Parts: sequence; structure tokens; C-alpha cells
Amino acid sequence: MTALPNALALQRSARWERLGMVSLIAPALLVIGLTMLIPVGWLFYLSALSDAGNFSLEHYQRMWEQPSYGRTFATTFKVSLITTFICILLSYPLAYFLSELPKRVATLCMVAVLLPLWTSLLVRTYAWLVLLQRKGLINNWGIELGLWDEPLALVHNLTGTLVGMVHVMLPFLVLPLYSAMRAIDRDYLRAAANLGAGPLRRFWLVFFPLALPGLITGTLIVFILCLGFYVTPAVLGGGKVIMVAGRIANDIELFFNWGAASALGVVLLLLTMLLIFGAMRLARIGSALVNRSQS
Amino acid sequence: MVSHSSLPITITQVTKTYGKVFALDHVDLHIKSGEFLTLLGPSGSGKTTLLTVLAGFTRPDGGSLKFGDKEMITVPPHKRELGMVFQNYALFPHMSVAANVAFPLKLRGIAGAESARRVERALEMVRLGGFGSRGVDQLSGGQRQRVALARAMVFEPRIMLMDEPLSALDKQLREHMQIELRQLHEQLGMTTVYVTHDQREALTMSDRIAVINGGRIMQIDTPRVIYERPANRFVAEFIGESTFVPVSVAAGQLTLGGQVLQTAEPLTGDGAHTMLLRPERLRVLGATQEAGPGFNLLQATLVNAVYQGDSSLLQVALADGTLVQVRSASNGLVDSSQLAAGQALRLALAVKDTVLLSDQGSPA
Repeated sequence: MTALPNALALQRSARWERLGMVSLIAPALLVIGLTMLIPVGWLFYLSALSDAGNFSLEHYQRMWEQPSYGRTFATTFKVSLITTFICILLSYPLAYFLSELPKRVATLCMVAVLLPLWTSLLVRTYAWLVLLQRKGLINNWGIELGLWDEPLALVHNLTGTLVGMVHVMLPFLVLPLYSAMRAIDRDYLRAAANLGAGPLRRFWLVFFPLALPGLITGTLIVFILCLGFYVTPAVLGGGKVIMVAGRIANDIELFFNWGAASALGVVLLLLTMLLIFGAMRLARIGSALVNRSQS
Repeated sequence: MVSHSSLPITITQVTKTYGKVFALDHVDLHIKSGEFLTLLGPSGSGKTTLLTVLAGFTRPDGGSLKFGDKEMITVPPHKRELGMVFQNYALFPHMSVAANVAFPLKLRGIAGAESARRVERALEMVRLGGFGSRGVDQLSGGQRQRVALARAMVFEPRIMLMDEPLSALDKQLREHMQIELRQLHEQLGMTTVYVTHDQREALTMSDRIAVINGGRIMQIDTPRVIYERPANRFVAEFIGESTFVPVSVAAGQLTLGGQVLQTAEPLTGDGAHTMLLRPERLRVLGATQEAGPGFNLLQATLVNAVYQGDSSLLQVALADGTLVQVRSASNGLVDSSQLAAGQALRLALAVKDTVLLSDQGSPA
């Protein structure tokens, strides 16, 4: 084949265009490299140093041998699971309701849902402390109204932690759920009704599977954020709810043990990654099963 | 699946308002068993609202809706046993083609081999046999349309609703599907209510057409009567090309620009009226050609001619200066390329096409 006119010049311009595109993400890559890769690498390095400064796995060994570490991880996962579950229960109907509203009204309501995110986490957490404590607003009202006689232990325990965490996490689930539900063409539901499906079957056979990607995304976001929670359990848990992040803080603040703290961080990071991977596999298998059961 | 069972639909006084606007204004309509009825009208006319009332998706303010003898107006959509083809097909994206078609069967407790057999048969009817395992996103627009149709008829409903089912297809496919839908209807014989804003589609497919505007039925009749004897100006303008010419009636005779025209029947109602002229019903006569019996002869002057392939559209001025459009077939006796502006023309109009708009002094 003979060379087409201007073939080289056109190839060169295509190359420049690609280069231009790559240069757009260069700053982001640089930032990620500096703030993520190097620190995380440093974390791994620190976790493998003994107190004397030699290479050793003693921190990991200790974590394995001391049951208190296992308990911390168990608490972390338990609290995260319960929080995520409550968030799903609360946000699914809410997101559905919002997705049925006219768009303008729904946008206003979404602002209300997102409003807490604009307030400092610390402020929100202490606000709950004020509300939930023994002589707090809720206990006072409850007793004055005669709903209960003795102050309830609403804070400095698991209950308080859960209340605070659910409050913080709710928007992260509502948002993806809402957008997934909004994207569902209501004609699918009309078609299902027309073909003979009552409200329950319309939901299970059509709405739920179509909104499932939003639910999975939101659940993963919330669960993973929960795993690394520090402030809320520390303030509202009153030392009774010790999660991994709190334990890391203790290791550093009380014992200046960077190695132990780093090892905890590494384990949490790896467990989280494993979990995301597993959840994504499960989600794929799940949706394949849903499809097969309906074909 | 060849079920010849179908149900008549009786709509009485059905009214739906949005604020102060009538979407449906006391609509009365009887659809015969097995009939193919088209609701035709411009967007916002209420035709889709009427269809969604039939399907149960829109709750009217009042009125009665009967399928056969059974009052349906308060029955929820999933208990109405209607087939429906949606404008955007509404095929479930998370299910295969077969699962989509099997969906109504599954809801009726039909599963396994029986379900598979009926699904395959429905798919064969729309000439998509063997497509069952495909995903919905692997289909072309025309194929999706057929799957939607198969899904709507697989459970053998006695009434079928279609909401502009062909509007998303290109012209050729649309015309092809019009014929196929019509054939399927003849094969299955279910009462069909079809919504469209495309007049040609309505004329091609329907047993009867209900022309709707402003939430009211303007006229309901066979395609031929709708086209040739439109009840009013709206129907005449909406369907086909038309020119309206002021005429007068005196002593049963029609006068256009001082010329008396023959009509099929004597006219009643003296005074000023409007006559409907369809461009293709006016024939340009050759120099030596006579109009012959059964035709009115009109003298005219050519204003301009536009070549449109299969025909030319001529604008001519009648003797009294009224501008009228004439469609001259390209294979006609008069070669439109030889016509020049200002040229005198003789036009023939069949007596049977010499009609007044019937809401203004009707010829019976």
C-alpha cells in the first residue's frame, strides 16, 4: 500500500492528543503517589520493625496471641455491621420515597439529608452526647412525660455509638440508593403491573433487582467507612466500645508504639480490601443468580 | 395461542381534569369486540390519558369503564388482564428475552415446560424464535418491539393496548411493522386500542379511528369516512392535506366563486359554508381532455409548482382568487415540468368529493 498523504502528520497529532489527555491526570497521580503510596509503604515498613529497630514480625505475633486484639477486631466488625444494617433499614424507604417525589421537591429533601455532612463530625458527636446523657434532653423528657422512671443508659455504650454512627453514615447510603432508584424508569413498574404483578411482586421482581447496584455501592461505602471510625465511638462509646482506630490512637498516644499501631493499620487495610473483593464477587454471583432464577 | 376470545370496551362519561384543564372531557366510547380502534390526536390531546385510564395507571375523576359487562374503573392495573405494548417497550433490563416473555406466565403460576413452550411460541409469532437466551440490550429497536409484543400477548389477554409502539422505529421498519401488527391482530382477534399521532399509521391499520382533541372525541368512524367526510375543520386539517374554501349554499345548491357546483345530494342550510378540497382529489386536465359526467370543472391559474418526486404540489388561484393546492401525480397526463406560472388550468373535481365540512350545514 502506498503511503497516504499526511499520514505521518496525522499520527503525530493523534499522539499529541493522547499525551494531552494523560497530562490531565498527572497532578492527581502525583498527589496520590505522595500522599498514598509513600505513607502506606512507610506504614508497612514501620509495622515490620521491632522496638529495637530490627526487622521482625513481633507486632503481628502479639496481635495474634493477645485475645484483646481479636476482641477489638470483633467489636469493629460487629459495630460496623449493625450500623450498616440499621442504615439500610432507614434509608431504603426514605430513598424510595424521595425517588417518587417530583424532582424539585426531591432535590430540596436531598439537601436536608446532606445537611449533616456540612457540620463538623465533632460537633455532631458532642451534640448527641448532650442529647443522650443521663441528664440529657431525651432522658429528661422521657421521665417528665412518664415514659420511663430511671434515666436510660443511652450513651457511653454501644447504643450511643450506634446512634452517632448511623446518624453520620445515613447520607452515604441514601445518596447512591436515591440515584439508583431515580434512574429506574417507572414504566418498568407499570409494565409489571400490567402483566399481573401486585405491589409486592413488582417490588421483588423488578424494583429491587434494578436498585440493587445502588444498594451494594452504598452498603460497601458505609461499611468500609464504619471500619475506620474513630471519633464517634471514642466520644459516645465511653471506653466500652473499642474499635481498631481507637486502639491505634491508644498505641500511639499512650505507648508511643508506632510499630504496633502500624501493624494494626496494615491488618485493617488488608481486611478491608479483602472484604471489598469478597463483596464484589458476592454481588456478581448474586446478580447472576437473580438473573438465572428469572429466566 | 390462536384465541379468538375478545371483549368489548364501553367507556361512559370518563372525565379527568388536571387543575382546570380537561385531559378527558366526558368521553363516551364503545369499542366492539375484536375491533382495532386507533386513538388519533396531537400531543396533549388526551389520547394517551385515555389509554392509561384503560390500563389503570391513571385514576379518572369519574365515569364508567366496562370490559364486557364488568365494571373496571376501580380495578387495580394488575387485575385487569390487559396486554400492553409501551412506547419505550419497557422490557425488564435485568432479564433475558425469554424471562421477559415468561414474566406474565410466571405470575399466573405457569412454569417449566408449559411456560417454555408458550414463550417459544409467542417468540415465533413475532418471528424471534430462538432469541430467548439473548439479553434485552443485545436486540435492535425492531426486535425489542417484537419482544414487547410477544410479552403482551403470551398470556392471551382479551384486550390489547398499544401506546405509540412504532414511534421509535425508522420509517421503513415502521411501515413493515404496521402490516405485521395488523396481521397479528387478524390472527389473534383481540380487541385492540392503539394510540398514535401518525395519521398515516392510523389510516393504514385501523378498523375505526377516534380523532381526539382537547380531551374530546371529535369524530369516530372508519378511516375512509374520517378522510373523505371529516366532521369538522380539526379532523380535516389533522388528517391529510386540505384547503378550505368559502362557499355559499342557496336552495340546496352549492356556489363557489359564482360557479354552481354539482353535489352528490342536495344541501340543506342556506348561507356561508366551508368546502374541503383535498389536493389529490383535484385533477389537472390536459388541453383536449374533458371533465366528463360526475365531475365539476373549475377554472384556475397556476401560481407555482413544487416538484416532490412522486408528484408535484401546485398552488393555483381559482376564478375568484381563492388559493388552492393541487397534487399532480408525476405519472399523470399533465407534465408538470411544462407548466409555467400564470398559465390557465382546468381542474376536475369528482361530484362525490364535492363536500362541505359537515358541522356547518351537512349533506345529511
